[in-house]
Amino acid sequence: MTNLLLLIPAALFLGLLGLGAYLWALKSGQFDDMEGAAARILLDDEETEEEDGPED
Amino acid sequence: MSDAIGIDLAPYASQGENGEMQIELIVPSVHCAGCIGRIERKLQAEPDIVRARLNLGSKRLVLAWKGDRTRASELAQQVVALGYDIHPVNDLTAEDKDATGKTLLRAIAVAGFAAGNIMLLSVSIWSGADETTRILFHWISALIALPAVLYAGRPFFRSAFRALLAKSLNMDVPISLAVLLATGMSLYETLQGGTHTYFDAAVTLLLFLLVGRYLDFRMRARARAVAGNLLNIDIKSVTILVDGKESVVGVADVVPGMEIRLVAGDQVPFDGKITAGSSEFDRALLTGESMPELLAPGATIHAGTINLSGPVTMLVKAVGKDTVLAEIVRLMEDAEQGRAKYVRIADRAAQIYAPLVHLVAVLTFAGWMWVTGGDWHTALLAATAVLIITCPCALGLAVPAVHVAACGRMLNKGVLVREGAGLEKLSEIDTVIFDKTGTLTLGTPNLVSSHSPDEVANVAGLARNSRHPLSRAICAALADGASIPEYDSIVDAPGQGLEGRLEGIVARLGNAEWCGVPVEIDESETRTGLWFRRGDDAPVHFAFEDSLRVGAKEAIVEFQSAGIDCILLSGDRDNVVESIAQAVGISKWQARCLPADKVARVKSLQDAGHKVFMVGDGINDAPALAAAHTSISPGKAADISRATAGFIFLGARLDPVFDAFETATRAASLVRQNFALAIAYNLIAIPVAIAGLATPLVAAIAMSSSSILVTLNALRIGVGRRQTLKSDASRSAPSVLNRSSTMVEPG
Repeated sequence: MTNLLLLIPAALFLGLLGLGAYLWALKSGQFDDMEGAAARILLDDEETEEEDGPED
Repeated sequence: MSDAIGIDLAPYASQGENGEMQIELIVPSVHCAGCIGRIERKLQAEPDIVRARLNLGSKRLVLAWKGDRTRASELAQQVVALGYDIHPVNDLTAEDKDATGKTLLRAIAVAGFAAGNIMLLSVSIWSGADETTRILFHWISALIALPAVLYAGRPFFRSAFRALLAKSLNMDVPISLAVLLATGMSLYETLQGGTHTYFDAAVTLLLFLLVGRYLDFRMRARARAVAGNLLNIDIKSVTILVDGKESVVGVADVVPGMEIRLVAGDQVPFDGKITAGSSEFDRALLTGESMPELLAPGATIHAGTINLSGPVTMLVKAVGKDTVLAEIVRLMEDAEQGRAKYVRIADRAAQIYAPLVHLVAVLTFAGWMWVTGGDWHTALLAATAVLIITCPCALGLAVPAVHVAACGRMLNKGVLVREGAGLEKLSEIDTVIFDKTGTLTLGTPNLVSSHSPDEVANVAGLARNSRHPLSRAICAALADGASIPEYDSIVDAPGQGLEGRLEGIVARLGNAEWCGVPVEIDESETRTGLWFRRGDDAPVHFAFEDSLRVGAKEAIVEFQSAGIDCILLSGDRDNVVESIAQAVGISKWQARCLPADKVARVKSLQDAGHKVFMVGDGINDAPALAAAHTSISPGKAADISRATAGFIFLGARLDPVFDAFETATRAASLVRQNFALAIAYNLIAIPVAIAGLATPLVAAIAMSSSSILVTLNALRIGVGRRQTLKSDASRSAPSVLNRSSTMVEPG
């Protein structure tokens, strides 16, 4: 019983933490552009010279 | 590649926070990380840019800068210079829709959190926790469930409340009632220290239903965004002439009697008369006529036609609602109003289902009251169980799941679903009406006579100076990597041809007279063609035909073998329409149709009980597209047609039109299967609930398993067809999405 008194609040706290993190991510626009987020990882961070025009 | 935006973007910019100017632009041809990098980096190099962010999903670019709104066009020019076409976004409601999606996502998160934690506690209760633990767990569940239900249930409560205010029943009424009753009863049980609480069922129910609702929302939002991207190419400003001086004004400020200038490539915004200059006009979108017509001063031109060759001055005779174009729009709106409001299958089901569920719950309550001699507690518990068990959880999830899967499959085939009920309607059709120019055919002429690559390259050097469809056809016929000679001293004589000089020798491309071809060898009477003559060389004839879309014949054969009646209606001449009808195997055809004739034909068929699927692209098709049961337009169609059609297909092939029908038919049969599954489930579960045997454990298992079953069934739409999906992916070209990029000058 005493274990439960510790474990249940701990479980709920962790759950709430996850929920809070998700809501924060949603609010800060991280789900606005799912395709773009996947593509942006491929971009170089530093400023590079312009490549040639688009291929299409 | 177009080197100018063509319109002034300043009116589209708006004042954002912190006094920044903001504009949202659609960049239809972005497709990869490289595009994001190039565009954002180039813009961020501008000193006054505060923010430049490209959304790859919606293909929209948001720009914010410090300073004047007139910078809009200059900044947009940077993007155009990289080789991307842009259109300004003109809808102010986009943010509201975005907010709806986020509200649903937040509700899903809260319901998911609550459902997970409560289910955890419930499992230990079901596996036989002792009484103190049970009571403690019930209390914790109640503390989690109450706020979660109140928060995550709002979309349903609101919708149910609105329905009740309107004195009607929708699916959300039994849902809200079940959730609220279950939570209330469980709270009472908790206070009394009872054995059974339904917190887990109430919250899980909300979670499943919210997921279904979000899927439905996402699908519609996506369709809307794509359709929105396809529109928004309206003309906003024109050049007017006052006392010989040019100035740019908004379209809305033009009144009849003004003179305006139109350069090559402009769409005519008003009805009027040409006062100076002559040029060829493309009327394909307005009348279905495939070849452009030369118009000289004194000729009447209509809004919606496109100026192809030279600058002209026109006297505005009619603007806005007085134009021929507006007349067609009115015809279209009439047709839309005449179309009976379609009730979607889920709503039709709700109209039967909701009263039935309420009746069963009330009867259960009354029955238990009678059996137990007035034990309202037991009776209410049984009635609540009935409401939970019968809740259309499977239905709420099953229909959207089928539709999302079907839309995904269609997108792979190059078909966009614009209309929410489009899939259901498309599965019901029994007649297809095709337009000719731009629909069965590509609407652009193709070079059909044979020439050596050098010869074509030689002529293309001259032809690329013109926007005439035949000149474009020559450029399109260029072999890859051909070197094109540079002509100088170009002369464009509208209605006759082009003249240019190469290495000091004059060359001409145009009609027989222009090239000095004797009448007796002129073939252009029988075939659409151009002559080319350089210096004193013998003239060469180039022949063209408006070619059929690839897969047109196959699509029609498939429609016919599926028992669907095919009809061809066109505004073009008899012999042209007849030859196309024969080529694709359609026996019912009619030529010289006015827009009103097409609508009349659609209406008479529908009055006779047929469900018509209209396939068309022109402005002249728009009223018929609106009048039909459902309709489809190619991505290159006139704006007004795409805005009206229920579906849009991309690319140069016609078979996506049949694929769309096939997918819709399959989706409809899956929806019916899911309804059958849900009904079968209810037939088993309802007696259990009425008998008072539906403990929280039974309710949880029944609800989850039925939801998972229908979802898996929905996903079958893609299963076993991966192979075809893969091979089809190559032929749907997303870049065709945008009309202007396909109108790019070749070479």
